[in-house]
Amino acid sequence: MNVKLRVWRQKNNETEGRFENYEAKDLNPNMSFLEMMDVVNEDLTDSGDEPIAFAHDCREGICGTCSCMIDGKPHGPEHGVATCQTYMRSFKDGDTITVEPFRAKAFPIVKDLVTDRASFDKIQQAGGFITIRTGAAPDANSIPIGKEIADLAMDAAACIGCGACVAACKNASAMLFVSAKAGQLNLLPQGKPEKDRRVLSMVAAMDEAGFGNCTNQYECSAACPKLISEEFISKLNRDFVGATVRSSFKAKPLV
Amino acid sequence: MKLDPKIPSGPLEKKWEKHIMEGKLVNPANKRKYDIIMVGSGLAGASAAATLGELGYKVKCFTFHDSPRRAHSIAAQGGINAAKNYQNDGDSVYRLFYDTIKGGDFRSREANVYRLAQVSVNIIDQCAAQGVPFAREYGGLLANRSFGGAQVSRTFYARGQTGQQLLLGAYSALSRQVGLGTVELCANEEMLEVVVIDGHAKGIITRNLNTGAITRHSAHAVVLGTGGYGNVFNLSTYARNSNVTAAWRAHRKGAAFANPCYTQIHPTCIPVSGDYQSKLTLMSESLRNDGRIWVPKKRDDKRPPHQIPEDERDYYLERKYPSFGNLAPRDISSRSAKEACDDGRGVGETGLGVYLDFSDAIKRLGADTIKERYGNLFDIYKEITDESAYDVPMRIYPAVHYTMGGLWVDYNLMSNLPGLFVMGEANFSDHGANRLGASALMQGLADGYFVLPYTIPHYLAELDRDGAPSTDDAEFVKAEEEVKARTEKLLSNKGKQSVKSFHVRLGKIMWDHCGMARTKEGLEKAIKLIPELREEYWADVRVPGEGKELNQSLENAGRVGDFLELGELMCRDALTREESCGGHFREEHQYPDGEAMRDDEKFAHVAAWEYKGEGQEPVRHTEELEYESVKFATRSYK
Ligand SMILES: Cc1cc2nc3c(=O)[nH]c(=O)nc-3n(C[C@H](O)[C@H](O)[C@H](O)COP(=O)(O)OP(=O)(O)OC[C@H]3O[C@@H](n4cnc5c(N)ncnc54)[C@H](O)[C@@H]3O)c2cc1C
Ligand code: SF4
Ligand code: FES
Repeated sequence: MNVKLRVWRQKNNETEGRFENYEAKDLNPNMSFLEMMDVVNEDLTDSGDEPIAFAHDCREGICGTCSCMIDGKPHGPEHGVATCQTYMRSFKDGDTITVEPFRAKAFPIVKDLVTDRASFDKIQQAGGFITIRTGAAPDANSIPIGKEIADLAMDAAACIGCGACVAACKNASAMLFVSAKAGQLNLLPQGKPEKDRRVLSMVAAMDEAGFGNCTNQYECSAACPKLISEEFISKLNRDFVGATVRSSFKAKPLV
Repeated sequence: MKLDPKIPSGPLEKKWEKHIMEGKLVNPANKRKYDIIMVGSGLAGASAAATLGELGYKVKCFTFHDSPRRAHSIAAQGGINAAKNYQNDGDSVYRLFYDTIKGGDFRSREANVYRLAQVSVNIIDQCAAQGVPFAREYGGLLANRSFGGAQVSRTFYARGQTGQQLLLGAYSALSRQVGLGTVELCANEEMLEVVVIDGHAKGIITRNLNTGAITRHSAHAVVLGTGGYGNVFNLSTYARNSNVTAAWRAHRKGAAFANPCYTQIHPTCIPVSGDYQSKLTLMSESLRNDGRIWVPKKRDDKRPPHQIPEDERDYYLERKYPSFGNLAPRDISSRSAKEACDDGRGVGETGLGVYLDFSDAIKRLGADTIKERYGNLFDIYKEITDESAYDVPMRIYPAVHYTMGGLWVDYNLMSNLPGLFVMGEANFSDHGANRLGASALMQGLADGYFVLPYTIPHYLAELDRDGAPSTDDAEFVKAEEEVKARTEKLLSNKGKQSVKSFHVRLGKIMWDHCGMARTKEGLEKAIKLIPELREEYWADVRVPGEGKELNQSLENAGRVGDFLELGELMCRDALTREESCGGHFREEHQYPDGEAMRDDEKFAHVAAWEYKGEGQEPVRHTEELEYESVKFATRSYK
């Protein structure tokens, strides 16, 4: 099969970007979208041009590195997969495919299709953890956790930190990402003691990083390669309200 | 070169405890005065950086990834072993130790493996406390499964995403330390050189992948947790960007490279579908519990599988290994698949595949049961190949999956280059000639949480406590110049062939001659071909773009340049190891029935290679493996 590509090219964050047109010929429908991009890049290299920069690593949907908008959709046309799990058979012979980077103020463009998502790390550093010294843990079976809770925590923990939720949201909100991490830790007994602090710090870090507000459209969940449920956002909202109220009644030191 | 493994004296069970007791400590008030460079943020690097930061050292953690969470560890699926004996099925530290030694075909260091089994239990406690959502039973306790042919259920797992969850646990601990300011996170920074001053590793040179800036960093000690080198084969189950550069640069600066030829080839991966292929996807080994492996008896049989009658099929594993059948160990299954395909009986368009057939299991158990057991794997298979394994047999083929070899380290995880420590898949120490399933995650976290933090003070306490050396030192200047010169050379080369085309060609040489079955002639041929390819590379590689910005061709060019040197060393190692053991199979050394023939008289040792300079033959040194507690035995799976 053959397709035409309109690809966003941008030298760096200081320069303007633009769409360039390319042709990808003699493709096998069973090649992955990124393998198609590899072929285009080899052709560009052979003809003395600069290949298209795009982010990728595991190529099996788990590292969260790949991050293209394909025809306006984060991670392309298929539901519940990442860009690297998109195959050419999802397109038709002769299609024109538009490829852009994830766009959000908090994800500045590094080059072409590559963006800087360090803002997610910042949120994690603010509170996405359980405080436990190495070597100080009790026996793992000393705190039983019901299977339902453990499974729900795992559903949230499946987030790969790709940022598609942000790219899909018209406000560029990171609520789905934050709610997944906070949700996982808040559900587990080990995470309860720090629940309020975690929620307040992570939300504050999210605001500071320049992500927008959530207006409950839930485009995020629909675009998420791991189909993280928007219910975690509702849970985060509840946890946030509770934590805000409780923090205004902080225990005073005894006199 | 002196290779002193520094194994503590005393009974096996007491060595580690004794070693900790006898080791020097760093006074808590002084810890802040020690700078430690951690290269890598996978299971090994992230867990060590977090723990050392928490202990009070000043840590800088480098990763070429844009976030620590993207390290290749994220992709591990199956699980992590630990001798918890929660299932009450007779597991113990000793049994895990023995299984690991035997699985490694008696080519690993007893004391290290015993310690690994001992600390395995702490890992699970640590991870559960961090909020790793391990699979649980209805009663709320942790679930286990048996994995990779083990006779006990000691594998802990988090759905099919164990590596992801363990890495995110370590990443959260690391993030906490970054937030507290004890660890400085240096993402998008690729280490391209080790700096050695007065015989000690004292720093590194990095290139920022986004800006191209080249920087010097000095410290009291340098730790590598930089992963394995399986991508020397180009196609593998590794993430595309995994590479050997950090380890190789250290090797060139004096660190011995041990057992480079020990490679694990996993039998159940999705076969190559065309020359555009960039990655091979692992399908869980558990499929072999119910799938039957076969190829047509006739050569070049192009009939679709359902038209090949039962008596014209060769269920070769069941035929050759009646008692283990389709569950024969990884190396044996992989080799048998290759033999069938080499014999012209492979299936699929390329002829490099064998069938893994579920039709009998579906008849016996019903499609629903099969779906329940393997539904997600069948989905992955469908997503990649567009074929339904409920209707047609899966096609599988072996792929490079793990490297047991790596930089030589002593019991303290320090290489022979003082001040350079190596952890995780990047070192050689614990898996011998073959790694058991679910043991790499265990080793990475053991090294990072529970071993290095205890052993690194022994080294630090011996140093005088002046600050880390100045980055104006002549050695730093020289190392930086080397990095710049190499980068400049690649960019200005203006050759005709792409980096990728060389990687593909190297991969083919390695796969053909240093893959599943190796021969003297093949290896000698490769030792001739690789230097020629290397020469051609430096003469004719084309690296488009500039050095002062993100340039993925340039990144790959440096990495492939190092693979082109490593590949040759792997072949030399395979050639001089005149025996078959674990993942290393020499056709000349087999029993009449095709089983691997070890030579414990001559080869019960670690081969550690010393770099002698470009164009010079490397020198092979050995560390004898002394077994105090176990006796050599032959693996048999008939
Ligand atoms: C598909 C697959 C499935 C697997 N499943 C299992 C399993 O179920 N159980 C199991 O036990 N094992 C499994 N393994 C093996 C296991 O995942 C790895 O051996 C292990 O995760 C390696 O961890 P590590 O910390 O040593 O290195 P990695 O996770 O590879 O991390 C390397 C780190 O070093 C950094 N780095 C490397 N070079 C440089 C440089 N030059 N400069 C800066 N940074 C650098 C990288 O950025 C990265 O952060 C699997 C492997 C694969 C491929
Ligand atoms: S919530 Fe989904 S879309 Fe957002 S970062 Fe996580 S995996 Fe990606
Ligand atoms: S490349 Fe890892 S998720 Fe796509």
